[in-house]
Amino acid sequence: MEYIPNIIFAILLIGMVSYFASNIRKMLRNIKLGRAINRSDRKKERWSQMAKIALGQSKMVRRPIAGFLHVVVYVGFVIINIEVLEIVIDGLTGQHRIFAPFLGSVYDVLIATFEILAFLVLVTVVLFWTRRNIMNIRRFLARELKGWPKNDANYILYFEVILMGLFLTMNATDLAIQQGVLNGTFTSEAAMHYVHGNSITGSFPISSWMTPWYENLSFESLYMIERACWWAHIVGILIFLNYLYWSKHLHIMLAFPNVWLAKLTPKGQFTNMEAVTAEVKLMMDPNADPFAAPDNDTQDETPAALGAQDIFDLNQVQLLNAYTCTECGRCTAECPANITGKKLSPRKIMMDTRDRLEDVGAIINKEGSWKDDGKTLLNDYITTEELWACTTCNACVEACPIGIDPLSIIMDMRRYLVLENSAAPNELNVTMGNIENNGAPWPYNQMDRLNWANEL
Amino acid sequence: MSERIKVPTVAEFIAQDKQPEVLFWVGCSGSFDDRSKKITKAFVKLLHKAGVEFAVLGAEESCTGDPAKRAGNEFLFQMQAMMNIETLNGYEIKRIVTACPHCFNTLKNEYPELGGNYEVIHHTSFLKDLIATGRLTIEGGKFKGKKITYHDPCYLGRANEIYEAPRDLIEKLDAALVEMKRSRRNGLCCGAGGAQMFKEPEEGKKDINIERTDEALETGADIIAAACPFCNTMMSDGIKAAEKEGKVEVLDVAELIANAEDL
Repeated sequence: MEYIPNIIFAILLIGMVSYFASNIRKMLRNIKLGRAINRSDRKKERWSQMAKIALGQSKMVRRPIAGFLHVVVYVGFVIINIEVLEIVIDGLTGQHRIFAPFLGSVYDVLIATFEILAFLVLVTVVLFWTRRNIMNIRRFLARELKGWPKNDANYILYFEVILMGLFLTMNATDLAIQQGVLNGTFTSEAAMHYVHGNSITGSFPISSWMTPWYENLSFESLYMIERACWWAHIVGILIFLNYLYWSKHLHIMLAFPNVWLAKLTPKGQFTNMEAVTAEVKLMMDPNADPFAAPDNDTQDETPAALGAQDIFDLNQVQLLNAYTCTECGRCTAECPANITGKKLSPRKIMMDTRDRLEDVGAIINKEGSWKDDGKTLLNDYITTEELWACTTCNACVEACPIGIDPLSIIMDMRRYLVLENSAAPNELNVTMGNIENNGAPWPYNQMDRLNWANEL
Repeated sequence: MSERIKVPTVAEFIAQDKQPEVLFWVGCSGSFDDRSKKITKAFVKLLHKAGVEFAVLGAEESCTGDPAKRAGNEFLFQMQAMMNIETLNGYEIKRIVTACPHCFNTLKNEYPELGGNYEVIHHTSFLKDLIATGRLTIEGGKFKGKKITYHDPCYLGRANEIYEAPRDLIEKLDAALVEMKRSRRNGLCCGAGGAQMFKEPEEGKKDINIERTDEALETGADIIAAACPFCNTMMSDGIKAAEKEGKVEVLDVAELIANAEDL
């Protein structure tokens, strides 16, 4: 009987972690639907980029208020996880505060730090909520945030409040029990379990303010509250873990690989399409035989589409980008097209890509393999009006705090429109015709290129 | 202006068995657009004054393919690129200077993979070098007391992280350089990039160039400095729309320096 809580805890832990792992496997499977891309070059720069931008949050603080608040929650999250580790070990072994005897006074410092961070996180979360729901901040009011994305953002904040509240209440009642034991009020064996040695274990700078609320309760009541909070807190964390996959909060893990894999070449350098290079070289080669039969070994392969019509045509880093996006909208807030009221929003490009990827994944889950649903990312999720509004100015790429590149997706889709569908806006067709015929986007004669020199 | 400046072509250099010190890549806008031609001429005057042995391709120059590539037409881009690379490599060109950030970006970043490897320099960096090495001197007196704001072209700034060269040049003019709310890496696009120059904008509340020009006007500047012929066109249109013609000028950094020197 005495091991039942430990067994329940172990089952819960294994079950929830496995479910999370199975969703992550699905996510990886979905990402692999994209084209392979080699981003394993310049490793040193990649590690340092990851250390600076992901770990060091260097781009977050470019917006000082949101950046500072985020750093508080980030540091709180990372450090409080040390306590979660202790809670998990306690749960599995049936111990209470197993780290305390080993760490001595360091433990007090740790618990005090957790408490202060938990409190700061609470304050920050309230500020975040206010920014999102009360203050009219433009990037939180965009059309792509209506419905689930807005709720998702708020749920996370409520979650944080509950978790931090439970954590502090747990500590407050723990302290009340310890005080009762040390002053001789509580003498049962169960109560003794809370005390290591003959002084208070842990230091509780925040929850000690809450302890007086529980002063007159019996040990049994305190024990019930403390255990209930302990269980609710750890189960809450496991639920939170599983919620990640369904929310915009995957970034807490994916930001790291995403930044590592981000583009290192100058922002102005757009990818070279090698399939096109081969064709252009053939065209320009005076010795090429235009009637040559294709190589036998390449005959069976359907040539890959030029550009991107659907998620299958995007590369795996672009798909990882979509899962990593936190929908903060810094990209959209800097986008010249969006600022001036056009439909284009780089954030929506990322959200649409993820939605489409998830829809495709859901079909694979259901059918066992991909069955065409008659939809594509282009047109059914992202419209041509959005794509043609982009000035390729890279403001979105520069703004993203975690290295997402919405512009590369826009470009790949434009390429599909032009190279596969010949569907450029008419004025651009005229421009391209001019370039082809006169070597300039306007209808001037190439022979007149030096006329300006006569005006000197 | 007694002496008429001659603009030699690379072919003329080669005919005399010489190599130019640098190839000046004029670009389509600089070759054909009336406003941009003034930038080209100002830059040539500065090259001439500094005694730079430059040459142009003239009729052998063709669009770099930048607008085609940004519009998604990789095929046309690569055709243009390979033709130009053939010309450039044929003349064994090593160094290229250009006054257009779009040409600059394409030549510098997108030609190497297609076989074109050159040292490509934007004219603001080039001018800064000429001054640093003493080949060109400027006296700023003419702009004393004037307020100048500088608009970062996307393909010079964010795309290639050149923010300081044009600013350093403006500061040499003894003018007050005032920054817009959004500048350097946060600089707002003029609205021309990504082949937008050649099409009508999508439906919205405002044109991008108007938004950017308004921001420039907010600084109270007398002059909006640009370093890209397309930005120049967009901002000039913005000034017209704001009915500030004659009050606020849009000038390329090369023009500012040439004006300071009464060239």
